[in-house]
Amino acid sequence: MYKTNYHRVSSVEEAASLMASAEDGRLLAGGHTLIPTMKHRLAAPSDLIDLRHIADLNGISVTGSKVTIGACTKHADVANSSELRAVCPALSDLAGYIGDPHVRNMGTIGGSIANNDPAADYPAAMMALNAVIHTNSRQIDASDFFVGMFETALGHDEIITAVTFDAPQSAAYQKFPNPASRYAMAGVFVARDGNGVRVAVTGAGSHGVFRASDMETALSANFAADALDGVNVDPAELLSDLHASADYRASLVKVMAKRAVAAAE
Amino acid sequence: MGAEGIGARVARKEDKRFLTGKGRYTDDITVPGMKHAVFVRSPHAHAKINGIDKTAALELPGVIDILDGKQLTEDGIGSLICGWMIHSKDGSPMNMGDWRPLATDTVRYVGDAIAVVVADTKAQAWEAIEAVHIDYEELPAVTESADALAEGAPQIHENAPGNLIYDWEIGDSAAVDAALASAAHVTSLDVTNNRLIPNAMEPRAAIGLYNEAEDHYTCWTTSQNPHVTRLVMSAFYNVAPENKLRVIAPDVGGGFGSKIYIYPEEIVCLWASKRTGVPVKWVADRSEAFMTDAHGRDHVSNIKIAFDADNRITGMKVDTLANLGAYMSLFSSSVPTYLYATLLSGQYDVPNIHANVRTVYTNTVPVDAYRGAGRPEASYIVERAMETAARELGVSPAELRRKNFITEFPHETPVIMTYDGGDFGACLDAAMKAADYDGFPARKAESVARGKLRGIGLSCYIEACGIAPSKAVGSLGAGVGLWESAEVRVNAVGTIEVMTGSHSHGQGHETTFAQLVAERLGVGIDTVNIVHGDTDKVQMGMGTYGSRSGAVGMSAISVALDKVEAKAKKIAAHLLEADEADIVIEGGELKVAGTDKTLPWFQLALAAYTAHNLPDGMEPGLMETAFFDPTNFSFPAGCYICEVEVDPETGVTDITQFVAADDFGTIINPMIVEGQVHGGVAQGIGQALMETCAYDAKNGHLLTGSYMDYTMPRAVDLPSFTVETTKTESPSNPLGLKGCGEAGAIGSPPAVINAITGAIGTNDLAMPATPQAVWAAMNR
Repeated sequence: MYKTNYHRVSSVEEAASLMASAEDGRLLAGGHTLIPTMKHRLAAPSDLIDLRHIADLNGISVTGSKVTIGACTKHADVANSSELRAVCPALSDLAGYIGDPHVRNMGTIGGSIANNDPAADYPAAMMALNAVIHTNSRQIDASDFFVGMFETALGHDEIITAVTFDAPQSAAYQKFPNPASRYAMAGVFVARDGNGVRVAVTGAGSHGVFRASDMETALSANFAADALDGVNVDPAELLSDLHASADYRASLVKVMAKRAVAAAE
Repeated sequence: MGAEGIGARVARKEDKRFLTGKGRYTDDITVPGMKHAVFVRSPHAHAKINGIDKTAALELPGVIDILDGKQLTEDGIGSLICGWMIHSKDGSPMNMGDWRPLATDTVRYVGDAIAVVVADTKAQAWEAIEAVHIDYEELPAVTESADALAEGAPQIHENAPGNLIYDWEIGDSAAVDAALASAAHVTSLDVTNNRLIPNAMEPRAAIGLYNEAEDHYTCWTTSQNPHVTRLVMSAFYNVAPENKLRVIAPDVGGGFGSKIYIYPEEIVCLWASKRTGVPVKWVADRSEAFMTDAHGRDHVSNIKIAFDADNRITGMKVDTLANLGAYMSLFSSSVPTYLYATLLSGQYDVPNIHANVRTVYTNTVPVDAYRGAGRPEASYIVERAMETAARELGVSPAELRRKNFITEFPHETPVIMTYDGGDFGACLDAAMKAADYDGFPARKAESVARGKLRGIGLSCYIEACGIAPSKAVGSLGAGVGLWESAEVRVNAVGTIEVMTGSHSHGQGHETTFAQLVAERLGVGIDTVNIVHGDTDKVQMGMGTYGSRSGAVGMSAISVALDKVEAKAKKIAAHLLEADEADIVIEGGELKVAGTDKTLPWFQLALAAYTAHNLPDGMEPGLMETAFFDPTNFSFPAGCYICEVEVDPETGVTDITQFVAADDFGTIINPMIVEGQVHGGVAQGIGQALMETCAYDAKNGHLLTGSYMDYTMPRAVDLPSFTVETTKTESPSNPLGLKGCGEAGAIGSPPAVINAITGAIGTNDLAMPATPQAVWAAMNR
């Protein structure tokens, strides 16, 4: 690891001001991507601005069907929140299967979506739940937020403060993990509400998380696993690597989608 | 059996310090004035070095010196060697390329060491290696063994034309061809044994300390065999004469073979300590472990088995291509030859076997012995072919094996082994009973009803352990003898110390070796201290690998105990005024049989050391040394059964049961043996389902250089194992021990793959059978 300056901040404003003045500052949340990258000497920020101790960024609140999750809320808290589980168990389940207990007690929802790893779980949930990403300067719809692999609509100094969404009528997430890293190799989040059905896929797309519109159409007409039998996933748009060819991923996306629908039925 | 003697399931003595974080590993050792080394390593798989510019790096804070291969050569440090000579079938010796501890003009794999930075801190050393400028001229690289032999492939070592190291054979080719030609049925199978990265929990490490005042070197290192390290460093690498070099292998966190060898880093740390005048420590990080620890396996083979009309085997032909990486590691040449082809007879009576083995250089990490070393490769091709043959012949896989089992011993195979004992049918029966083999069709029907596939696979393995006798291995090309030594010291107060040349890096020797002493002398294991891993404390040793610590290491202790007992009985007879023949050792005392005259060990030992009243002419003291060289290898064997359920939608394999029935001969501590089987089977399942080392064939970069891409098995991936044992004692050592360290890794991969291929209905499936591989096999 290269030398860096560590800052523990207590407000979003303080973080923003430090980011503005730093030569090459980086925001630190759970650090599960940034810290290993720094340890491998592949990143060398001049300043690390640690958001984890900003009280306003932590916590989950549920009012009716409105859910608000602070950006620095840890995966373990999302997994274990009885309030959240009561209205959207699919998201609690998703958080409970991220990494291992060490990861879940450090990693945060804001850090995950800001990083937009193409194999991360949360982006699929945000897309399928029609979530809104709140930052220190604006609100961004999930559909506009995730731009491409490791790419978001966030400005360099912009800080995610929370995500909000309306709890769906039903939802489920099914993940097929990469055998080595246990990141999603094909993760499908299905959500259904008064506006229809949304299906978001992570771990498989060449450009990161995406909505599977053919599946959404089929499921809007008939919300049943069988409804997906005739829907084919195009491998041309999918990742291919050591662990899974595009063809295999295409097959997995369909299988996971059917299982998610079955779980959400 | 006493409460703590042979066969007792006692808790491991060493676990207290391991489980409380109090183990003392090389990285835990700090020497006054010690500095830190980081190696400059090649980012290219194959390149010429046109220049090394250290100027800027030498100016950086904390940098003490930066040493390169030219300086190392000037100081007369030798090249790394392979210590087992193999001759090609044309009689020519193997083509061993030069392996400099620090590369001077050519780098041959990603990670090849070029220079070492010694600095006050590791962080400073890291800064400095980035400032060392190396002028590389990239060359084409090759990573696959078949590609390395192809016309026009990059030439890796000048003296190995076409990258061929040797082209070796064993057995009678003409007789096998005749058997194949006249066979009623021939099963032919192409089989790949996937390349593995060892992944010991503790990465390699070394500290070099040169004491100028005494002109003496000390090396702390993560070694499975510190005496061999000292011997080779003195005899071949010219680091220091043996009397001026102390090698200490303290607690070592797993080896699996990868810590047998002497690597460039420990040589360089010792040399650099003398050059710089400071003690030098190097500790590999996990990335370096992936990139530089000797890898395992990497065979591509074809096997043909000929059967007569009665389904009896009449011949076997094997052709194997083995990848040895960029340089020949210490025992690399022996693994695909004498540790592999000599086991191709398996448990079967095969009248004729012929094997041809070619080994090649590639631009990859050196490949050497890894848990099982050659024997897993042999067991894998034979057992996959037997299961395939049974399917082709439409007969029961169990009965086809049973029909061909060797049942009379000693049995001389056509590939120079003499099996000295065993009962293969007993293992098969035990495993089939434990697995409820006959109940499989019902379980399969139940799986099918749930939309799943189910398969059951057998593997009847045999291996050769002990890796001895010395005379035999010497005649086959080994550069060292493979005996073991022990010294048993009964101290003046009756406590006991055993100096052993075996080395424990997870095996539990401190417990099992003490159990042997407890059994023999009737004392508690807490009275016994096992000393190992230090060339200044232990007389001599050949170390631990090849499941040899029991069969060879404990046998040496047993012979030393014979001598101690003989002398003790003489002293007891003298002091108790009895006949020597009437003295017995019981319950921690020496007794005159049939009387109440006794002498506790501490009184006897004190008498031996005070020497006030010993038999005339007897030397004082009570300590004896023995060197033990067995009369043959030992031959553990067993039957493994794996049952799987496969999800046809995803290709995921779930192991629903795994049964191991092993004949390990005498068992000292069943709990430790079960632990060895569990660990070995976990590694075998890892190889079968998950692990593989992948290189980018275009540029030779390691694609599986971290746990993000290299799939290590985890507890959640494994079932609860059913472990059964049967027993026929080895006649080749006094304790009847056979060895249990590698069996699990040897026997399990074919059982797993046989189960999956049975479930999915195709034999065309290579390891690792990842979900993708299984899905692809089903959808071909």
